Amino acid sequence: MFLTSAQGERQVYMTHVQSPPMSPVIYVRGLAKSFKGKLALQDINLSIADGEMVALVGASGSGKSTLLRALNGLHCSDCGLIEVGGMQVQSEGRLHSRVPMVRSRMGFIFQQFNLVKRLTVLENVLIGHLAKTSLIRSFLRQFTQAEKAQALAALETVGILEQAYKRAADLSGGQQQRVAIARCLMQGAQIILADEPIASLDPESARKVMELLTWLNQEQGITIVCSLHQVQMVQRYFKRSVALKDGIIRFDGLTTDLDHERLSQIYGSSLDELVVRGHGEVFVKT
Amino acid sequence: MLARERKRLTPQFFVTLGIAIAVLIYTGQVSDLSFVELAKGGSNMAEYISRYFPPDFSDWQSYLQDTIETIAMGIWGTLFAALISGPLGVMASENICPFWVVQPVRRVLDAMRAINEVVFALVFVVAVGLGPFAGVLALFVHTTGTLGKLFSEAVEAIDPGPVEGIRATGASRIQEILFGVLPQVLPLWTSFTLYRFEANVRSASVLGIVGAGGIGVSLYQSFRAFKYGKVAAILIILILAVVLIDTISSKIRQRLI
Repeated sequence: MFLTSAQGERQVYMTHVQSPPMSPVIYVRGLAKSFKGKLALQDINLSIADGEMVALVGASGSGKSTLLRALNGLHCSDCGLIEVGGMQVQSEGRLHSRVPMVRSRMGFIFQQFNLVKRLTVLENVLIGHLAKTSLIRSFLRQFTQAEKAQALAALETVGILEQAYKRAADLSGGQQQRVAIARCLMQGAQIILADEPIASLDPESARKVMELLTWLNQEQGITIVCSLHQVQMVQRYFKRSVALKDGIIRFDGLTTDLDHERLSQIYGSSLDELVVRGHGEVFVKT
Repeated sequence: MLARERKRLTPQFFVTLGIAIAVLIYTGQVSDLSFVELAKGGSNMAEYISRYFPPDFSDWQSYLQDTIETIAMGIWGTLFAALISGPLGVMASENICPFWVVQPVRRVLDAMRAINEVVFALVFVVAVGLGPFAGVLALFVHTTGTLGKLFSEAVEAIDPGPVEGIRATGASRIQEILFGVLPQVLPLWTSFTLYRFEANVRSASVLGIVGAGGIGVSLYQSFRAFKYGKVAAILIILILAVVLIDTISSKIRQRLI
């Protein structure tokens, strides 16, 4: 399906990835956001179905990070509506009062991992359980045996069980990112939002993290929305892509349709930043 | 390109230099700086100092007890202050609390810090009577002012990433502070507290002069009685105690950072 606007350049190509879902797990309508007068997001409309794995593609400054952060309310937008799992995150520039509860149902992983480095790996995973922990037990830093067992199980799932009692700071970048994913599992998250999860990793760690995310999507049915700037990664792991440029969605559809021609049509001369940089080179040797 | 290099000797530089010199001359006059006087008094000084020797350790047991009392005051004054400074320090941090909390808390801390321990001791001696407890309270109030400010500066320098990571899990604001902020600042907070403890033992040794307990009482009495040998003995014990505390606490602080 093609939506053609008056200016040829601002075409948005849309293809149906899946049959229309009953109700989208992530729903964004008319979202806009500006920083100091500069538009970071404009008229974003997006629906993501349960169990999808979607890539947000774009160079730095294209708005993909801002969009992800808006999805769990870390950024408050200027106007528009966001619903996740049927609950409002924000509407018309106001965060919903129950936003911590909505956040607790979705995991978020960051480029810089954002772990508490002085705490142990296990404690970092247990942080995923804070939303269900009383204030008194938080003060005492007391978690039950069952919670600890659950955290250890999450660490086993991401494959770093033996690191559980080390300080987070002593782990490699790839391992830290897996701790962050274990924290999402501890939350019981059915959605994981990932903001450039592999941009700070070496190619091998990047591959492991991407494969872990893919596994979680395919085996556990977790919806994954992941921002990336490496096109090779997107083509290898993601069925659906959303491409942003200057805060506008320029493409939303099957990744196979987002070929070199389409990319250069969208990004023009800044395409280099997407294709050349990053970790794609590991996969080029087929 | 060379022309773009900033000139070092600008008119502003000379104006600033002139003002600085004028301020120094004025303040020197106000504070009676007179090196001639010092040189002339040199021989008197030597004679005066000689009266302190040999030190008179005849009352060493009571001095030791007073020193222990002084250190005890330092411990409790610092401990109370550290416990209160934790929450106050967080409340005085711009990256955690809104300005309508930060500003009043900071002003209160400023007031606590601006007034010397001895002045607080005078007040508390009236309130709770003569003795070391008045000293503990005086140290507590002044130290809270200092530690609260230092603690808040540590909080303002944290890495915001981990806190955001915790927020993204749906945790509450207080949980963000407990798990995201505290682990980052605790080593620094402990180090600041130990440092203030050293300083407080030194301060506690003069609080006795106004009747707020510790070794200052004996020190002042010996001075007033012109028993300079005893003064020397007290000073030596005090120096040894302070050196010991400084060494131990700096060893602990090294381990923390």
